[in-house]
Amino acid sequence: MAIEVRIPTILRTYTDGAKAVDASGGTLEELIGDLESRHPGLRARLVDEGKLRRFVNVYLNDEDVRFLGGLGTPVADGDTVTVLPAVAGG
Amino acid sequence: MRFDSLIHSVGRTPLVGLPRLSPSDEVRIWAKLEDRNPTGSIKDRPALWMIEQAEKDGLLRPGCTILEPTSGNTGISLAMSARLKGYRLICVMPENTSEERRQLLRMWGAEIISSPAAGGSNEAVRVAKGLAAEHPDWIMLYQYGNPANWRSHYESTAPEILEDLPTVTHFVAGLGTTGTLMGVGRFLRERVPGVQIVAAEPRYGELVYGLRNVDEGFIPELYDASVLTTRYSVTSADALARTRELLAAEGIFAGISTGCALHAALGMARKAVQAGERADIVFIVADGGWKYLSTGAYEGTLGEAEDRLEGQLWA
Repeated sequence: MAIEVRIPTILRTYTDGAKAVDASGGTLEELIGDLESRHPGLRARLVDEGKLRRFVNVYLNDEDVRFLGGLGTPVADGDTVTVLPAVAGG
Repeated sequence: MRFDSLIHSVGRTPLVGLPRLSPSDEVRIWAKLEDRNPTGSIKDRPALWMIEQAEKDGLLRPGCTILEPTSGNTGISLAMSARLKGYRLICVMPENTSEERRQLLRMWGAEIISSPAAGGSNEAVRVAKGLAAEHPDWIMLYQYGNPANWRSHYESTAPEILEDLPTVTHFVAGLGTTGTLMGVGRFLRERVPGVQIVAAEPRYGELVYGLRNVDEGFIPELYDASVLTTRYSVTSADALARTRELLAAEGIFAGISTGCALHAALGMARKAVQAGERADIVFIVADGGWKYLSTGAYEGTLGEAEDRLEGQLWA
């Protein structure tokens, strides 16, 4: 078992076009670190100065991680993490 | 109820219980029927408040041109008010929005400028800002950053909810301009200890997220995360399934963004049941289903409907 990470179109240049990749870790921060080791360059697109970038939204099982624990949010095998750019509604 | 004109009949919408979808007598779900507004959506409230504020501020005078980026409902509300008050309205609208919305806008006399489908409303905002800079005499009300948007909900939607249901514990609404959640959320937080304010954000097909880079993202100026308890991303498939469930179980024919909010409301209900806590969960029915018939959302299997909705802006 691993954690599935769904990658938005604009970041698939880092994953050889893959829509979803597997990664592991106990927290979101560790997960992103593991992603970086497999897909170099991805971390800098997601994290800046120790925080999620302003226009990047990350959801753990559909819930916004900013309301859970940010980069410290615990993650576990079987979870799904979805990365999306912030877009307008209305 | 009697009103001086159609514009004045905004608000005072029904709050109806969902006896079949509520898990128990202790955990109840309530629908605020915002489709019962003059042009059929919740946007009649912010549209009226924004226009009247601009009139008070001396920005709008008869004959003025209003410019607005909108995926539909705000434009339709503004078009009705603009027609009655004598303003010209130009809407910048993403091309991947339903045909009904375009027909309604034209019917009320609005002009439509299409923005590219890729990038969704982000592009509409960008195009509208460019047009506003080129035409300084046009008035852009700008729903994403106009405080009259959230104030309309603080002053009307929220007091109605609290009056009808003083025992409210949760408020759930779709996240677009963020106006509904900011306005209702602030009002309820000031008056209801422990109230939970939950955002349901539509997750569209990939086309809508087709930005050139992540720094092109967009967060409405009105958004203040501290007003929210949490925020869920709801897929088109879940939103469609809940929209149909609401119709089948409770007889409410609503637009697809309502299914999005209901999905989050049912999630909160499940959590309350698991925790053994009482809950009165209010969610917003932002509009009826009429404007989405051509999308095929209500016909065939869910999978077929989801395929037809791919790439469309449904909220």
